[in-house]
Amino acid sequence: MKKVSLWQIFTVFAKIGAFTIGGGYAMIPIIQREMSRRGWISDDELPDIVALSQSAPGVMAVNISIFAGYRLRGIPGSIAATLGSVTPSFLIILAIAMFFSAFRDNPWVERAFKGIRPVVVSLILVPMINMARKSCTTWWKWALAIASLVLVAFLNVSPIYILLVVLVAGFSVTYFSKGWKR
Amino acid sequence: METLNLILQLAWTFFLVGAFTFGGGYAMLSLIQNEVVVTHAWISESAFTDIVAISQMTPGPIGINAATYVGYSVLYEATGLHWMGVVGSAAATLALVLPSFLLVLLIVRFYTRFRGNRLFDGTMDWLRPTVVGLIGAAAVLLVVRTTWACCVPELSAAGGFRACMPEFSIVRDNFPDWKSWCLLGGAFAASYWGKVNPILVILAGALLGLLLY
Repeated sequence: MKKVSLWQIFTVFAKIGAFTIGGGYAMIPIIQREMSRRGWISDDELPDIVALSQSAPGVMAVNISIFAGYRLRGIPGSIAATLGSVTPSFLIILAIAMFFSAFRDNPWVERAFKGIRPVVVSLILVPMINMARKSCTTWWKWALAIASLVLVAFLNVSPIYILLVVLVAGFSVTYFSKGWKR
Repeated sequence: METLNLILQLAWTFFLVGAFTFGGGYAMLSLIQNEVVVTHAWISESAFTDIVAISQMTPGPIGINAATYVGYSVLYEATGLHWMGVVGSAAATLALVLPSFLLVLLIVRFYTRFRGNRLFDGTMDWLRPTVVGLIGAAAVLLVVRTTWACCVPELSAAGGFRACMPEFSIVRDNFPDWKSWCLLGGAFAASYWGKVNPILVILAGALLGLLLY
């Protein structure tokens, strides 16, 4: 793969940051699109990035950028990606705080967001379906996916506990069935 | 001197928020609120409510938006200078990101080193489907909220066993009427079958929002 320039990483993540609306998961479809189109990551890597970024504290969207940036260009890459994903928010919020304190009551903004919010749900569902096709290859993997969906969405369990339990369970089962081998 | 002290305090506060938030933007907002409104009394409750609303209404991760806004307000209030506000927002935002930056770097190095290891891949085989479920849950939570009456003491005392049934409610902020369901369906078709770029779908959603409402 051709070496990716830091400026390119910065601009792509600025684009991703600018369109992350409604929480960290909303950036997944855009990351998938922008990064796999450029051949930066394979589709298998995306769920890994999401899983591991979520097991660290902090803003998930930023964690994903740090992770993906590192995979592209090491530590300089992760710095470029982080600054990129933060910059649009930073500029927009500063502009609002300084000049448009009436932004909140602007009816145009409210109407545009009424149109955006339902759309975001579909955008999150599409990469989920693609990931499910790739990663849920056996019945117990489907069961795992459905169980974690139900626990988080309907029983209000925090995702971090689920990740921890699955991490320990997956590690132990693999260890006892296959052993520590390369 | 006093201003420098305030910047350092602000940065330290957001560093702690960044280090101890698990579970997404909303968990982070309540932690920020506790620190900024209750503990330090830098910002009033009503000003913070405005900040939350604006953080949700603007693009970008909610936690970053809130940190930028709070950092600006605190320093601007204290000094009356816009450029000090900019310094404050940069300090708060960078401090918020720093702890996870260090941790994620450790994790990604571990990942790069152990990819291909049987034990690591075996564990990832479990984590990947779990993430599919978590992403699905994120989508569901934007549509439906579930409350369990038995978790609310007053209700469960009154209703006994029957109070322990779940109650589902549509998130009206996101789905106010039938038009929003059409937008959901249209966006799904465009992005799943039409493979339309998600950024275009968002822009189309904004435009349709302006036309329909």
